[in-house]
Amino acid sequence: MAGTDPIHQFVIYDIFELFTVGGDGTEGSGTTFAFTNSALFMVLTVAAITLYLLLSTSGRKLVPTRAQLTAELLYEFVAGMVRSSAGTAGMKFFPLVFSLFTFILFANMFGMVPYFFTVTSHIIVTFALSMMVFLTVIIYGFVKNGPKFLKLFVPAGVPGYILPIVTPIEVISFLSRPISLSVRLFGNILAGHITLKVFTGFAVMMIAGLGAVGWAAAILPMLMAIALTGLEFLVGAVQAYVFAVLTCMYLNDAIHPSH
Amino acid sequence: MVTQVYAQEAETPTEENLDQAVDATHGEPVPGATGHDNPTHDTHATTEAHADGHSDVFPPFDPATFPSQLLWLAITFAALYLLMSKLALPRIGGILENRKTLIDTDLAAADADRQKTDAAIAAYEKALAEARSKAQGIANQTREAIQADLSAKRSAAEADLSAKVSAAEARIAETKAQALTHVDEIAAETAQAVVGQIVGDVSPDSVRAAVAKVKG
Repeated sequence: MAGTDPIHQFVIYDIFELFTVGGDGTEGSGTTFAFTNSALFMVLTVAAITLYLLLSTSGRKLVPTRAQLTAELLYEFVAGMVRSSAGTAGMKFFPLVFSLFTFILFANMFGMVPYFFTVTSHIIVTFALSMMVFLTVIIYGFVKNGPKFLKLFVPAGVPGYILPIVTPIEVISFLSRPISLSVRLFGNILAGHITLKVFTGFAVMMIAGLGAVGWAAAILPMLMAIALTGLEFLVGAVQAYVFAVLTCMYLNDAIHPSH
Repeated sequence: MVTQVYAQEAETPTEENLDQAVDATHGEPVPGATGHDNPTHDTHATTEAHADGHSDVFPPFDPATFPSQLLWLAITFAALYLLMSKLALPRIGGILENRKTLIDTDLAAADADRQKTDAAIAAYEKALAEARSKAQGIANQTREAIQADLSAKRSAAEADLSAKVSAAEARIAETKAQALTHVDEIAAETAQAVVGQIVGDVSPDSVRAAVAKVKG
């Protein structure tokens, strides 16, 4: 059944079609853009973040309410992250890092709700986000530092005869950043959701296949699924944090390339 | 429009995907997937087998879903970025900034008040010390003045008294001397009277001479 198929949850389907670019006019040709379930959850994620932050701070209380306090804590948490990794000069990227962190965090948390789609379980989304960070680093790095940005690949204090070895390694590690950044998030979320589905699927299959014995036996995979659910909440939060922290560190390279 | 949905090729159970097909026969139709017969991706041979719109691509790696995902990610993330950078973050930042300035000004005001209090206490203590020393000075002065006055009066009184004493003494001495001179006369008169009673009249001069002789 699709109910126990661990991959089914990642299926993207169209809610309504928007327009088609290119193609010869026949159905199926060209690139079709549609409002999909993924798009729906992106919109929900953004709406949830915005409503939460705007409603909780609408009072602008000097002595904060509980909701306002959580919004302030979120703000200060990300601001502290940016400031400690990228310095005060990095604060111009604070809205970007804050948007990335909250987007990934809320998308991951939405993904934990049964029957909800997990936006970050698709490599194209995480890759697009990491490419955005990567291009921001490169463009800002060159705009701000000019050719000095290339010092990033020539670590200071390294003897000249090692540089031919070190510099290619630095270049490769730099170029692999968007891949590692996106695959880390995508892989964690995808694997977590598949594992969760597999264990709950075990329980369903046992009940369906073994009857009364199955009900008893299903306790084991269900306990596992409960434990994994807790773990997945943690993974969802940690991956959002990791993505944001690495973004800060990469931005720090653009701001201070001579490290 | 297709939704390249995960892999259920129930319609074409070939040798290769027989297992999958078996699985897929249990599959429920994917929402939105019905009635679409044109997979746009070309990663797989699109045959009539995919007439139900299903493909056998693992959904996260299905390139046909990429344009829509990228479009909506761009729209939603740009919206989020704008909402955060123009609305939410300035508001929260403003709240925090406000609170910080208010606390700072309150602390500064409290500090200023404290300094004022300290200054007032210092001024009070200084005034107190001044008043105390002034009072002491006045007391000393008064004491000295009284003492001086007292000693002046005392010496004056003493001088007056001693003058009076010496005058009195002089008068006494004078009276005494006078009295002594009268003693001679009385003695002479008494002697004359006595002698007159006994022997008759004698001249006062002889009596006096005799008295003086006796007195000697």
